[in-house]
Amino acid sequence: MMTNFNDWMALTRLYADYASAVDSGNWNLWPEFFTEQCVYRVQPRENFERGFPLATLAFESKQMLEDRVYGIQETLFHDPYYQRHIVSAPLLHKVDDGRIYSEANYVVIRTKLSQLSTVFNAGRYLDEIVATPDGLKFASRLVIYDSEMIPNSLIYPI
Amino acid sequence: MTSTVFPETIEWENEGTSRIPLMAYTDEAIYRKELERFFYGKHWCYVALEAEIPNPGDFVRTSIGERSVIVVRGKDGKVNVIENACAHRGMAFCRARNGNQKDGFTCPYHQWNYSLEGDLQGVPFRRGVKQDGKVHGGMPPDFSMQDNGLTKLKVATRGGVIFASFDHEIESFEDYLGPTILHYFDRTFNGRQLKILGYNRQRIPGNWKLMQENIKDSYHPGLLHTWFVTFGIWRADNHSALKMDAHHRHAAMITTRGNALKASEVSKVASFKEDMRLNDARILDVVMEPWWDGATTVMTTIFPSAILQQSVNSLSMRQIQPNGFGSFDFVWTHFAFEDDSEEMIQRRLRQANLFGPAGFVSADDGEVIEFSQSSFETRPSEQALAVLGGHEIGDTDHMVSETLIRGMYRYWREVMEASE
Repeated sequence: MMTNFNDWMALTRLYADYASAVDSGNWNLWPEFFTEQCVYRVQPRENFERGFPLATLAFESKQMLEDRVYGIQETLFHDPYYQRHIVSAPLLHKVDDGRIYSEANYVVIRTKLSQLSTVFNAGRYLDEIVATPDGLKFASRLVIYDSEMIPNSLIYPI
Repeated sequence: MTSTVFPETIEWENEGTSRIPLMAYTDEAIYRKELERFFYGKHWCYVALEAEIPNPGDFVRTSIGERSVIVVRGKDGKVNVIENACAHRGMAFCRARNGNQKDGFTCPYHQWNYSLEGDLQGVPFRRGVKQDGKVHGGMPPDFSMQDNGLTKLKVATRGGVIFASFDHEIESFEDYLGPTILHYFDRTFNGRQLKILGYNRQRIPGNWKLMQENIKDSYHPGLLHTWFVTFGIWRADNHSALKMDAHHRHAAMITTRGNALKASEVSKVASFKEDMRLNDARILDVVMEPWWDGATTVMTTIFPSAILQQSVNSLSMRQIQPNGFGSFDFVWTHFAFEDDSEEMIQRRLRQANLFGPAGFVSADDGEVIEFSQSSFETRPSEQALAVLGGHEIGDTDHMVSETLIRGMYRYWREVMEASE
């Protein structure tokens, strides 16, 4: 297990930095949280629990995340919105061979221009995190959402 | 003076359907009539894939229109579709979305029990309660178990796909689709076992017809879906065709990707960027499949409830579940074939990033539907245009026409304007 305070600090900071980045509107920050070969999936809880492989978004490399950023910025027509992530303290499952296995609950609140703020998506992150020369990075981040309906569309990363 | 913004009744300009009154999307009474005549009338509505319920007792709960139905495989292997409403007090008793219920369904309220076919087989205290040598209560002698089953729907299965109808007088599913659309249906559902890949669910705040129209609208893909164009999927040298059934209610949009010329020479769309490449091209690792007959994309609208998607290697059935005139749930069931290689399954899953509520080329469809609806509701006396390609309704060998939308409204008017 994590034995020292600095490691724990680094983990909680990674979670806080990620939430800050995906709420900032600067989408280019987002791929930098991942390793070159990585997994990022946004998946309905239904599929996850029933063993169905389909995800709402499923990326397998940092390059695919960069392609998503390009889509958000250049090709996807969508109503602009702010998002605000509220992320729980991480639940640390184990550290195995330097790889951290942890999870955290999240809620994303969406605010469209001239509209009320509403709960957009709720679920949990299931993470595998590795130490790199540039700090902790996600080797895998599964975003498993409880929300039974996506309110129309999901454009930005969670 | 009468209001000019909020008309009392829907008024079409003439016999044609190239100008659609916005009231068709914004009126509660029209919507209820649509539920009555389309979703609950003589129309086959999509409910499930057989692969979702392989074993006796397997069920899924879904909706036709707004009515909750259960699709369940009987002990004899036959597929039954029954309404999720207890014959006693009308409660929607089935709360699980899927599962196995070999011994039938029991309403928790008063424990009425039904077979997998929807027949009533158990009523507590039917014969009353014996106390002090007397029988108290119970069902009256004229109570008939046979007459108090669940509402049973007529069921059609073909190629592993299940459709149902509340009206048992309906024509066969094959006649319903007609030979042209049946051909495209059979092209995908050609007898191979299907494998469920999973679901996506989104609630789109728009009238349900806007989704049918979106998949009948061959004008927008090369314009709205910049992603298609940027990465060379949509090209001006694509070969295309639009086909309908004899009633014009169903349609197929067929695209065969052109390879003849250098992309930059044929694309006339400003957003095309020849030097633009994906950083990771695996999402577009398209492999031709023999059953395509050359067509790289066929989008089939099955009126009123479903869309069959074959867009390169990605396959899905999309179900429309309306909930009010201004909203519908859109349920995507992605599938593969049981005999697909693992590589092909991964390919289908990667390409699924294009579709669904977050998809590179589908998220924007939901968005435009929302902003159409919100505009319509402020000005229902106005009209939407569907005049591209003229006023005629007929098959074409190109994409530059809104003929499929005109066709759908021709049929819509026939049904909605009929006296009963």
